[in-house]
Amino acid sequence: MTWGGRRALAGWLLIAPALVVILAIVGWPLIQTVRISFTDANLIGGEEHWVGLANYARALGSRDFLGALRTTVLFTLVTVSAEIVIGVLVALMLDQPLHGRRFFRALLVLPWAMPTVINAMSWRLIYNPDFGALNALLTQVGILSSYRSWLGDPATALWAVAVADIWKTFPLVSMIVLAALQTVPREQIEAAHIDGANAWRRFQVVILPAIAGPLLVAAVLRTIEVMKVFDIIYVMTRGGPVNSTRTLSMQVYQEAFASLRAGSGASQGLLVLLFTTVLIAAYLKIVKRRAPA
Amino acid sequence: MKPSRLASIALHLAAVAFAAVILAPIAWMVLLSVSSTKDLTTLPFRWIPAELDLSRYAELIHYADNTRGKAFLLALRNTITVAAGTTAVALVCAVPAAWSFSRFRGRQSPLLGVVIAIYMMPATAIVVPLYRILSGAGLLNTPIGLILVDCTLVLPFAIWLMKSNFDAVPSEIEEAAFVDGAGVLKTLWLVTLPMVRPALATTALFAILNVWDEFLYAFIFTSDSRAQTLVVTIANLASGRESDYGLLATAGLLTALPPILIGIVLQRTLVSGLAQGGIKG
Repeated sequence: MTWGGRRALAGWLLIAPALVVILAIVGWPLIQTVRISFTDANLIGGEEHWVGLANYARALGSRDFLGALRTTVLFTLVTVSAEIVIGVLVALMLDQPLHGRRFFRALLVLPWAMPTVINAMSWRLIYNPDFGALNALLTQVGILSSYRSWLGDPATALWAVAVADIWKTFPLVSMIVLAALQTVPREQIEAAHIDGANAWRRFQVVILPAIAGPLLVAAVLRTIEVMKVFDIIYVMTRGGPVNSTRTLSMQVYQEAFASLRAGSGASQGLLVLLFTTVLIAAYLKIVKRRAPA
Repeated sequence: MKPSRLASIALHLAAVAFAAVILAPIAWMVLLSVSSTKDLTTLPFRWIPAELDLSRYAELIHYADNTRGKAFLLALRNTITVAAGTTAVALVCAVPAAWSFSRFRGRQSPLLGVVIAIYMMPATAIVVPLYRILSGAGLLNTPIGLILVDCTLVLPFAIWLMKSNFDAVPSEIEEAAFVDGAGVLKTLWLVTLPMVRPALATTALFAILNVWDEFLYAFIFTSDSRAQTLVVTIANLASGRESDYGLLATAGLLTALPPILIGIVLQRTLVSGLAQGGIKG
């Protein structure tokens, strides 16, 4: 065999184990999801009938599914934009001459490494309507006259969960921006200073171009992640009160595993995949452009 | 460029406020974990506990029948088993695949995009058949079942991370080994891997972190202490009727400790990886 031929064969043989595993645990299940989504399959078995597009039609006409879609989009918009704004501001702050800068920067890793479920639980304890820190603090300084149920009120629940999510994820954005800021030559900032550019102008002309690329990657990545959100919601509210925090993943879970409607759940899971595919395609495009392989 | 004194004071105040926001939820858990139940349930709340109560820590790390310590330690055992198993399977498959993507450019190369796409795919797209497959194979509520499905998250990620690390290592030495007649696997094992040892460790740590944090699969595919992981056990307690908030906080802190230690170790790599836009949150 020629050297080139041997190389090509080796290339394939080396990815074979990974390929087999991925086909078995992702490829095959994905095909099954498509098949099941056209049936009235029950999760625990029994007879299955072909129902065509009925599951899809029902999902797109159902208030539960559309409500979950709306909640997910709202939650995503709020958390991702807050993360970007806070993340950039904190990164700019930590890039300044600051005593103990290493310590402050090191703090960023704590929320990132904190398991999501533990973060959700700690905020649940902070929001606790009887003995939580937030109620204790706000009543003691006189802002609140009596304890409130932050997670039990449909008007505040989603916002309360969003705060917990932002706390966990803005440090990642800060770390990304800080890393990008290290590539900006100091002289450029100084030069802009001497030219009399004000802070906002300096940010626009010198800093923004340097961080725009990484920031875009971060925004798309975070959007993909948040579209899938499940754990933080489950632990903090289980989708309640009155479904005010029920996201798409929560909805699919309830349809397939609580109501046992596997066929309908599969169709909704694929719709979620469809919504995120656009974002994933955008992400791949950005990454390819930034790192030509 | 020296900022004015006033600007410097404002800057430091902002930094302290930032530190307070980061540390507050963790401090609240620490406070809950060491306060007596009486202190926690007395209103108005007193921020400094009257006595230091470490009994919950003792309870959770003590293994005895029908205690919460047993439940915690079994969940810890399951978490470690699943994390170690998934990391091992993922690395064994990912290393040769990543090397192939990095060095053997050919018709398999476009598959890297597929791998990345899979990594971002919502689990909800495959969770229903995975349940039926595990159920059919008798693997529901077992660590092995969880190891298999967690590979859907960890394997694509490991391939990606290792590929970028291989890309950063010059290939001349490998080429020389090929020319000298060393086989492909021998070259990988003896020449390439020693050069990327730190990257292997980093990838393993990221994998452990991922599995430690994984909730959806562990929540749906397990039902009791035979396979339930720490985060599932804690989630069930926290969103259920557990009224000993101090105990919840203690379990949460102990569960968060290993990932936070790993996070501190990974910080440097994380920052350089983020600069290239390759690591997710």
